[in-house]
Amino acid sequence: MSTETVLYDHPGPRAKIRNNVLTVVFGLALLGLLYWVYAKFDEKGQWASTLWKPFTQSSTWTDYILPGLAHTVEAAAVAMVLSLIYGLVFAVGRLSDHWWLRLPSGVVVEFFRAVPLLLLMFFIFFGVPFLTERPMSVFWAVVIGLTLYNGSVLAEAFRAGIRSVPSGQSEAGYAIGMRKGQVMREILIPQAARAMLPVIVSQLVVLVKDTALGYIIAYSELLQLGVNNLAANFGNVVQAAIVAAAIYIVVNSTLTAVAGWLERYTRRTGRAPRQAAVATVAGAGVVEPQG
Amino acid sequence: MDVFSDPANVDVYVTGFLWILKLTAASALFALVLGVLLAAMRVSPVPVLRGFGTAWVNIFRNTPLTLIIFFCYFGLFSTLGVSLADDIDLNNYWLGVIGLSVYTAAFVCETIRSGVNTVPAGQAEAARAIGMSFRQTLTMIILPQAGRAVIAPLGSIFIALTKNSTIVGTIGLAEASSAMKELINANGDAVVPIFLVFAGTFAVVLIPTGYAFGWLANRLAVKR
Repeated sequence: MSTETVLYDHPGPRAKIRNNVLTVVFGLALLGLLYWVYAKFDEKGQWASTLWKPFTQSSTWTDYILPGLAHTVEAAAVAMVLSLIYGLVFAVGRLSDHWWLRLPSGVVVEFFRAVPLLLLMFFIFFGVPFLTERPMSVFWAVVIGLTLYNGSVLAEAFRAGIRSVPSGQSEAGYAIGMRKGQVMREILIPQAARAMLPVIVSQLVVLVKDTALGYIIAYSELLQLGVNNLAANFGNVVQAAIVAAAIYIVVNSTLTAVAGWLERYTRRTGRAPRQAAVATVAGAGVVEPQG
Repeated sequence: MDVFSDPANVDVYVTGFLWILKLTAASALFALVLGVLLAAMRVSPVPVLRGFGTAWVNIFRNTPLTLIIFFCYFGLFSTLGVSLADDIDLNNYWLGVIGLSVYTAAFVCETIRSGVNTVPAGQAEAARAIGMSFRQTLTMIILPQAGRAVIAPLGSIFIALTKNSTIVGTIGLAEASSAMKELINANGDAVVPIFLVFAGTFAVVLIPTGYAFGWLANRLAVKR
C-alpha cells in the first residue's frame, strides 16, 4: 500500500494553501541551513579552488581514488563469495537433524553475529600473528573478518529462506525416494536461493560499506587511499571525504536498485514460493546497519 | 586469565565498555527521535520535507559509518572547527555520538516507514473519515500501531548500534575494541583469553537482548 495517498485527504483549497505555506517555510529553513553550511565552509576557506582542483586532475583519480575503489571492490567481492559459502554451510548445519551439527553451527553463527566486526578484525590482524608467529596480511584480515560476520548474517537469512519453502516440497522429495542431502540440494536450496537473491544483493551493500573498516587497520581501500592519503597530500580532507562519500553512495544506491529490481522480478514471475517472498520483503527491510 | 588479575588491565576493560554504553545510550536516544521525525517527514504532504527525508536516508544509509565518523573528527572538528567540549575525550565522544546518530537515524526512519506500511489502509481511512488531521492520524492512529510492529527490527538496529559504537575508536576514544587492541599488543602471550573476554562480553549482552526484543515484539504485536 502506498502511504502517501492514504494518510491524508486529497488537499482542498485550504489544505493547498497550508501545504504551500509549509513548503515555503521549510524550503526557506532548508536554504538557511545550506547557507549556514556554505558560510561555515567559506569562513574556513574551504571553497578555495586549490582544495577542489585535485579532483579535476586525472593523476588524483589514477593514483588515489581508483586504486582505492579497486581494493574496496576486491575485498568486498572475495568476502562475498566466501560469505555465501560460509552462510550456506552454516544454514544447512543449523537445519541438520543431528544435534552435534546443529548446536555448534548455532553457537558459531550467534557468536559472530553478536561480536562487533571491528573487534574481530583487530583480533585477526593484531592477535592472530602472536599465535601463528608470522605477520597477517591486511587484505585477509579484512576479508576473513567480513566473511565471518556477513556469512553469519547470511546463514540466518538462508535458514529463514529454506524453512519458508512449503513443507510439501520436501515431503514430495522424500516420497519419490530422495535422500536428505538430495532434498536439500535439489529441492530446498534452489527454491530458497531464488527468493533470497534480493537479500544477498542487499547484504552486498553492507559488505561494501564494511570494507571501510579496513581503513582502521590500514588496508589501502577507498577511505585510506582516496581520503586519508589524498588529504595528506593536498590538505583537503573535507573535499576528499565528500567525493569518497559520493562514490560510496553511487555504488550502494546502484546495488540497492538492483536488489529492488530482483525482488520485483522474482515476485512478478511468481516462481519464488509465496511465504519466502514475504520473508524476503521483511528481510530486505531489516538489513542490519553495520558500519 | 592472568591478564585480568592486573587491576590496571581490568580498568582498561571497564573504561572501554563504559564508553560503549555511553555512546550507545546517547546515540540511541538521538537516533530514535531523529528517525521518527524523518519518518514523519517522509510520509508528510509537504514535498520539501519528503525530499529532505529521502535525501537524508539515501546519503547516510549508503555511506560507511567509518567515513562518517572520520568526517566528524577530521572535517567537523579539525577543519571546520566545530568543538563540542573542552575535554579531548568528551569532545571525541560527542563527535562520535553525532556520527552514530545521523547514521542510525536513517535506518530508524526506514524501519518506521516500513512499519507504517504494515498498518492497514482502513485505519488511516477511518481516522480521516472522523475528521482527523494528518498530524492526528499519524500520532494517534498510525504511529502507535506502527511502533508495535517495528519493535523487532528496531531492536536489531540498536544491537547493531552497540556494535557500531566500537568504530568511534577510530578517532581516539578508548572504547572496547581499542582497549582490546591495547591489551593484545601488551600481552602477546594471552591473545585468545583477551579476545574471548571482550567478544564474550558483547555476545553475553547482545544475544539475550536480541531474544528479549523478539519476545517483546511477539507480546506487543497488534492482533489482526
